[in-house]
Amino acid sequence: MLVLSRKKDESIIIGDQIELKILSVDGDQVKLGIVAPKSVKVYRTEVYESIQQQNKEALSVSKLLIEQISKKNI
Amino acid sequence: MNIETKFLGQVTIEEKEIIQFPTGLPGFEDIKQFVILPLERDSPFAILQSIKQQEIGFVIAIPFIFKDHYVFDLTEEDKEELQIKSLEDLITYSIVTLKEPFNSSTINLQAPLLFNHKQKIAKQLVLQDANIYPLRFPIEGGDI
Repeated sequence: MLVLSRKKDESIIIGDQIELKILSVDGDQVKLGIVAPKSVKVYRTEVYESIQQQNKEALSVSKLLIEQISKKNI
Repeated sequence: MNIETKFLGQVTIEEKEIIQFPTGLPGFEDIKQFVILPLERDSPFAILQSIKQQEIGFVIAIPFIFKDHYVFDLTEEDKEELQIKSLEDLITYSIVTLKEPFNSSTINLQAPLLFNHKQKIAKQLVLQDANIYPLRFPIEGGDI
């Protein structure tokens, strides 16, 4: 991993289209500003990971339960 | 063509029914071709089945049945990715996590599945910030 030290209001450029700026530092909370093309999806890591995890969990379903729900109407 | 499915045994599908997920789904980025298989008539649930991997079959449902006023924004980039020309091209589903008993099951409103049913292109959209909905929204009413 590349490690860079930055101060408030300093930034880094990733590639030629993504800029990451340190907006503020307050104790252990760092506020980042991200400038990137809209096609670049930016997610909080834990949000993306929780969706990966939920998708995996959704796969563990018994066939029996499917038979039950397929008969349910709303 | 015939495919082996997770819940429904061998099923015959037509090529034109195959839906492309160009970026896969989170956790399943390499699985890009699915079909939607209905369950019984009038069931709000369906199966999103990988055409190549039998064990990859998700239970999905139309989220609006379970959550009124479920709204989110689509960016221009999302529309481009899905080749959406009109909102009528779009169908929204959500992945259901079924549990026993049934009323502890949940539906994922944070990351809906968007389908362009005309072009057969789809993606799982991760909603953020202004559009926050729960990852595990309870399917209420064990009596449905």
